[in-house]
Amino acid sequence: MTAYILRRLWQMLPTMLGVIVLVFFLFNWVGGDPSYILAGKMSNIDQINNIRHQLGIDQPYYVQLSIFVKQIVTFDFGSSWSTGETVAHILETRIGPSLIVLIPMTILETLIAIALALGIAFVRGSLTDRAVMIACTVGMSISILVYIIVFQYWFAYKLSLFPVQGWGEGVWENLSQYALLPILIGLAVSVAPTLRLFRTFVLDEVNQDYVRTARAKGVSERRVVWVHVLRNAAIPIITYVMSNLPSLLIGVFLLERFFGIPGIGREVILAVDRSDFPVIKAITVYVAAATMVFNLLTDLMYKAVDPRVQLK
Amino acid sequence: MTDIQTSPGLWTLAWRRLRADRIAMGSMTVVLLYLLLLLSSASGLVAADWAREVGVNYAPPTFVGPQSADERIFGSTASDKEVPPENPLDPLKDIIRELRQQNAQPSSPVINDYGIPDPIGKEMAEIRQELAKTRNVESAAKLETLPFGADKWGHDIIKKTIKGSETSIIVGLVAAFLATLLGTVFGALSGYFGKAVDDFFNWFYSIFTAIPNMLLIMAVAAVLQHKGVLTIVLILGLTGWTGTYRLIRAEYIKHKAREYVMAADAIGASNWRKMFVHIFPNVSHVALVQMSIMSVSFIKAEVILSFLGFGVPVGVVSWGSMLNEAQNELILGKWWQLTAASIAMAVLVTAFSMFTDALRDALDPKLK
Repeated sequence: MTAYILRRLWQMLPTMLGVIVLVFFLFNWVGGDPSYILAGKMSNIDQINNIRHQLGIDQPYYVQLSIFVKQIVTFDFGSSWSTGETVAHILETRIGPSLIVLIPMTILETLIAIALALGIAFVRGSLTDRAVMIACTVGMSISILVYIIVFQYWFAYKLSLFPVQGWGEGVWENLSQYALLPILIGLAVSVAPTLRLFRTFVLDEVNQDYVRTARAKGVSERRVVWVHVLRNAAIPIITYVMSNLPSLLIGVFLLERFFGIPGIGREVILAVDRSDFPVIKAITVYVAAATMVFNLLTDLMYKAVDPRVQLK
Repeated sequence: MTDIQTSPGLWTLAWRRLRADRIAMGSMTVVLLYLLLLLSSASGLVAADWAREVGVNYAPPTFVGPQSADERIFGSTASDKEVPPENPLDPLKDIIRELRQQNAQPSSPVINDYGIPDPIGKEMAEIRQELAKTRNVESAAKLETLPFGADKWGHDIIKKTIKGSETSIIVGLVAAFLATLLGTVFGALSGYFGKAVDDFFNWFYSIFTAIPNMLLIMAVAAVLQHKGVLTIVLILGLTGWTGTYRLIRAEYIKHKAREYVMAADAIGASNWRKMFVHIFPNVSHVALVQMSIMSVSFIKAEVILSFLGFGVPVGVVSWGSMLNEAQNELILGKWWQLTAASIAMAVLVTAFSMFTDALRDALDPKLK
């Protein structure tokens, strides 16, 4: 087990190196010279040279790359170009609000989708099944923007059921007030595609021999569904949920933007808007690292769920 | 002479299955109608004059009826405005209530959207009256209502939506083509040559999949300062090839060991010829389905990017830029632009997704 984990971590190195080089290539080479943006409209050549020196972009590329690697390893990306806040502080304070929206949303989404998928996969081809599938396809076709605009206008502005936007201090205050509508919209958008996917996972299992065997020996239908089938469908479900988590951190950016939630996703939009390269660079590199670690965790969870899995 | 019995090929069989599927044919018709509309709008046959200000500002749809004189200029008026009910969850509710009570006298003439007196309300009202005089002269020739209303500048919403569809669909299709092309070429090289080439492309693949797609798109959007339709096609195309790559690579690994490739090898076909003349036609259905799937997701992505202002430049209309305008109009009660863009997009995406599903089932019946 330890050997497996160490080997997997070792295999991440070239990928991580690639991510670093890609980000470096994008921001230090394609992105060009940011000192003109920073110096503003009224600038003279001395100011620009000064800024270039501060950022280290008057150095050769290999020196710049080594500075970048050092920044990543020491978690010290300096300060944001537009607000002066340190990047480390931005990451620290923005992750919390994102998670407050993300974690309840993921848990609810998974539970709802599993329950519905088990429900309709057993009546495959029936009117219920087809109606749910068509509703899913139509629901998925409406842009998330429309859901947000209409729900925010209707439920928060017109009916005053939720605050229109904002964010408080305490976790409970946020969960019970500000995060409710974003979570609801997140569910409205994400349950449909997840359900479609989980349905195929369950369908792969319901026609297996072991299901027939279980029924033949008189196992109750409830036990067949919740123990036999779910246990086997759990592997692809876990893969999907786990590997989706890091990208959801960015994926909720629209919700964060509309509802004024100070999370990671909104920070990305703001940073792109202001050409705030240090913030985007840091977020990209660390989210990529998190994605890889999560993939490893997913593989380890297989072992826990399915004893047949051999980790090689 | 007897007829030689030829067995139907993959495409003929797939077409037959598609023909038998009513949902597939229906959704295909819708998609084709959109493409027809796109062609006629791109060639200037329809909606070429969408930028003409034919109606009054925010002219409502004909079935709603014209606006009252006051509404025409500034959306809603102080006189008939209902004060929004108190939101019990609003953190500012106490302050708002206090301000409302302070100025509850009916004499205060100008109140804003929140039921609070506007400090420069009187001056604004005068300015508006001045403006109204000139505006009324100008708008004499403009229509009071349009079939589906007008936007802030009086553009016909129907024409604007057609023009917006053109941008969004073209971006989606071209970007999907680019991504499929990259994925297919990379996958072919990787699967066919194997060894070091395969290692290199797998490394490349692992880098691109380690970064969440939307984050990668945003990062590329941040560094490409130049905004334009081509830029957004490049962003989506260059970041979206990974899924196709994985599938095509697996197909090439499977096919390169088959007899027909060995036969081609025996008669001295070059690597290039084996890869793209012999193997590619046998895996092209995978690429086609991928392209169809990506078209849908890229159309959605374009809408989000343009909405955020990272997509098409100012002056080019797309579904995303329409939604961006519409988000503020809703508060004023002007729902038609939002509705038009949402429906146009939802219908196309629904039809396109259903068609994609049917196409996949028709091309690979085992998958079902």
